[in-house]
Amino acid sequence: MSWLIDALLAGWLLSLMSGPLGSFIVWRRMAYFGDTLAHSALLGVTLGFVFDVNLNLAIILCAVFVALILASLQRQHFIPSDTLLGLMAHTTLAAGLVTLSQLDNVRIDLNAYLFGDLLAVNREDLIIMALGSALVLIVLSRMWRGLLAASVSEELAQVEGYPVARLRLMFMVLLAVVIASAMKLVGVLLITAMLIIPAAAARPFSQGPKQMAILATLISMLAVALGLGLSYQFDTPAGPSIVLASALFFLISQSSYRFFVRH
Amino acid sequence: MSDYLIKLHNINLIRQGRHILKDIQLEIRAGEIITLIGPNGAGKSSLLKLALGLITASSGQRICLPNLRIGYMPQKISLPDTLPLTVKHFLKLAKGFQKNELYNVSQRLKIEHLLSQPMQRLSGGEQQRVLLARALLSKPELLVLDEPVQGLDVSGQSELYHLISDLKDELNCGVLMVSHDLHLVMAATDKVVCLNGHVCCEGHPQLVQQDPSYLELFGKSMPAHLAPYTHHHDHTHGEHCDHDHNGDKS
Repeated sequence: MSWLIDALLAGWLLSLMSGPLGSFIVWRRMAYFGDTLAHSALLGVTLGFVFDVNLNLAIILCAVFVALILASLQRQHFIPSDTLLGLMAHTTLAAGLVTLSQLDNVRIDLNAYLFGDLLAVNREDLIIMALGSALVLIVLSRMWRGLLAASVSEELAQVEGYPVARLRLMFMVLLAVVIASAMKLVGVLLITAMLIIPAAAARPFSQGPKQMAILATLISMLAVALGLGLSYQFDTPAGPSIVLASALFFLISQSSYRFFVRH
Repeated sequence: MSDYLIKLHNINLIRQGRHILKDIQLEIRAGEIITLIGPNGAGKSSLLKLALGLITASSGQRICLPNLRIGYMPQKISLPDTLPLTVKHFLKLAKGFQKNELYNVSQRLKIEHLLSQPMQRLSGGEQQRVLLARALLSKPELLVLDEPVQGLDVSGQSELYHLISDLKDELNCGVLMVSHDLHLVMAATDKVVCLNGHVCCEGHPQLVQQDPSYLELFGKSMPAHLAPYTHHHDHTHGEHCDHDHNGDKS
């Protein structure tokens, strides 16, 4: 049972970060960007093994590096953004898989990294996640107004004196931290779902940005609890179960909103 | 005349092989209204963005007073539908505003009744007033307005132009604006700059009362908030030049 409680705590800590950050992803239309960074996380892990550095740190550095490459590639005009994002997502994933195959002395469970592995969550991870989410929330609350202003209109925010470029970079770093934390729980391929589905479910019932971030966090926490419960009951994989639970809440949100609007 | 707020010196802008702006000189002073006019693709928006510091010139200098407070009113903004944002939320994002200012400015621009509306539900004219309100909240020393009255009816235009002129006097700020019309500009304009890649001509707009030919053209119906601008094109272009001076909006 204790692993279940650890997993629940880890999931809730993740929700605290993914709720607000996921809202920004949705507002800024960056879902594919988040996905690309998530895909690069596997490469981060393998590079972490190669250079023998802390895996969380390696994931974060790798994601920031990929984000910077993307930013520089987006300055040219021949290839559209969505193509670039797809290109980077799959190139980094492929690079991660190839690097992994060359690591002779390391045996890691690929499935665990792609789809998450709850049993791998230990007390040390929990402490790191608690510190990580505290850090993310503090930084995010300090840059909230600027980041929101830049999400509404980057030009307006820049003229008014918000440090738009720095905010954009900080947002990418925060996103990288969330991805690193989410990897063990839901895996590389499902992280984006944790970010965007609760935010999308929260949208119809939100009158303001803060309200939407809080609501997304609560929905995410519910989804974690429900997903883990189902996983425990029916022995289904935890990460995908959590994502399915989020999708269920999204469906409920959509249909109940339509019901209220019509009646 | 007071010193300049922003000075653009020998500005050239080249993007993807196109010479968008050529040898531009422009000084904006406090208490002065400058209106930019020119055909589509003349580089008006680029010049505005250069003055705002949003883009950097290929060559030339932009000299700006240190810590100059700029209020910028873009033509329009498109908010994603996913972002729940009321007008009040939007205005509160303005940097460095005081609480009571929000009330004063919204009263002044007659947007109090809109404060709790979602931004996405505003009409074009309402959004323009809200954008101007946001620009005013930072107590600007320089107001930069991108086609502020575009899409408004004649009385709406008159109202907004009068307001801008009053605000300029109150704040003693400089105003740089782009006009959507090539021949009619805000009557209170001190200087009109006609742009077509380079500065074609510049000067004062005539007061309609003093110009019989315009009276003849528009009769007595010429609105008082507008003034005609007569272009003085004293130069010609070689046959390889890609711009003309027909002056019509394309």
